[in-house]
Amino acid sequence: MGNNIRYSSFGAHAILIAWEAIISEKILEDILSFKNKITEFKKGRYTDLVIGYNSLTVLYNTEVVDFEREVNSLKEIYKVNIQNNKLTNYLWEIPVCYHPEFGIDINDVSKKLQKTNNDVIELHTHKIYTVFFIGFLPGFMYLGGLNNELFFDRKPNPRLKVPKGSVAIGGQQTGVYPMESAGGWNIIGRTPISFFDIDKTTPCFVKAGDQIKFKAVSKASFYEIASKLKQKIYHITKTVLHG
Amino acid sequence: MVKVLKVGLYGAVQDAGRNGFASIGVPISGVMDRYSFTIANSIVGNSLQEAVLEVVFGGMKLQFLEDTYICISGGDFSPKLNGVAVTLNSRISIVKGAILSFGKVNYGVRCYIAVKGGFLTKKVMGSSSYYQNITESYRIKKNDILPIGSVNHFIKRTNASVKIAQSHFTNQELMCYLGPEFYLLNDTQKKKLFQQTFSISKDNNRMGYRLNETIKNTLVSILTSAVLPGTVQLTPSGKLIVLMRDCQVTGGYPRVLQLTERAINILSQKTTNDSFKFNKISI
Repeated sequence: MGNNIRYSSFGAHAILIAWEAIISEKILEDILSFKNKITEFKKGRYTDLVIGYNSLTVLYNTEVVDFEREVNSLKEIYKVNIQNNKLTNYLWEIPVCYHPEFGIDINDVSKKLQKTNNDVIELHTHKIYTVFFIGFLPGFMYLGGLNNELFFDRKPNPRLKVPKGSVAIGGQQTGVYPMESAGGWNIIGRTPISFFDIDKTTPCFVKAGDQIKFKAVSKASFYEIASKLKQKIYHITKTVLHG
Repeated sequence: MVKVLKVGLYGAVQDAGRNGFASIGVPISGVMDRYSFTIANSIVGNSLQEAVLEVVFGGMKLQFLEDTYICISGGDFSPKLNGVAVTLNSRISIVKGAILSFGKVNYGVRCYIAVKGGFLTKKVMGSSSYYQNITESYRIKKNDILPIGSVNHFIKRTNASVKIAQSHFTNQELMCYLGPEFYLLNDTQKKKLFQQTFSISKDNNRMGYRLNETIKNTLVSILTSAVLPGTVQLTPSGKLIVLMRDCQVTGGYPRVLQLTERAINILSQKTTNDSFKFNKISI
């Protein structure tokens, strides 16, 4: 895979490492493994490592004076074959209430796709989605794996206020709004789970490489889970993924 | 402590930024104009990690509830202490109870108020920089009480001011590197990028500056990838967006240019209708 990787300078302080421009779990795996190695071998040299669908960007502490030399050093790191302490990834089961009261666009989406609401829910909950990375908003997951029967254009005029926890589809993607924000995706449900909580030691429990499965729940159980979350007695169902 | 008597247009506590949280989508943030921030902190003898107050176009009124030293750097909005004009870029002694206010906007967009020991509002993820959903407030509000560092040996004496290059505010040339997708542009587009005089639309804030002029865009969107403060994106409509300090960590528009750190600072002191040209840095 290493031969298809391109390195480019990105301003004075960053190097962009880009893979082939496709969305693939193989590439994600390669990115995560490279990121792990950079974390180990470039400790103290960078301020952050930013993952995209097919890219990894290294933000350096100081100006990259000799680009060629740094790229060569990264290439060497890429080639290192070590059993690095890979982070454990999880499959998270996320309860979602698809009732039109929460999923304010679900009726419209179903109608335009010539399906029933139950078909849409079935298609959305059936798949297991891969978390490629977090971006756009704190805690916003870029998920891969949406069933192509649910591909649906973004709204021409984004809503100014999409409620926190809204589960939505837009283009070929699906995701959860971790906080109230503007947004152009079609809202088909809502989860009581918080994907970004600044008061927690780990504000966002998911990370790149994790998987997400949505589980349809009733309005009653949505409120029950919400109340348990408030009392801190709800635990999200998770399974360890063995890569 | 410092009490906010009047807010004005916009004010926020900012420092050098919140680094290392891109993996959970948290922006870097921090002061827009690092040049003026550095001067303000240096003059009061702070480390460059200390948080300052970023104030847009003055309008703010503050009361100091303890003795301290301050320095105001950046835009000139005719600052006054108890109604008497004070000099920018100098160490000003503040006696408990003194009121800092602003008047006429002379030049610049943002000024920085550094206090000895820094503003000590709560740090979240290693930084005091205000940002919505990260810090408790995302802008200064009336009656806010902001804690500040304490001064041990207070001397009521004001030092001479440091001279600042006016070019920081008048420069109309933004130096930049070629962005990762620059090579996808055709020759006409490349040429226009460097020949066109661009003006800033009214849509400009800490997240980014949208420009008025367009470049015919023939590029498709890219797979979402990292963006940085200073990244110039070409949107499908042909309008350019220059991302600033509060920008998201990733984006999907082609990244055609990347401003130098100095150019970001210079742009931070420009606003609606101000114009400039991009100029390629020679390496």
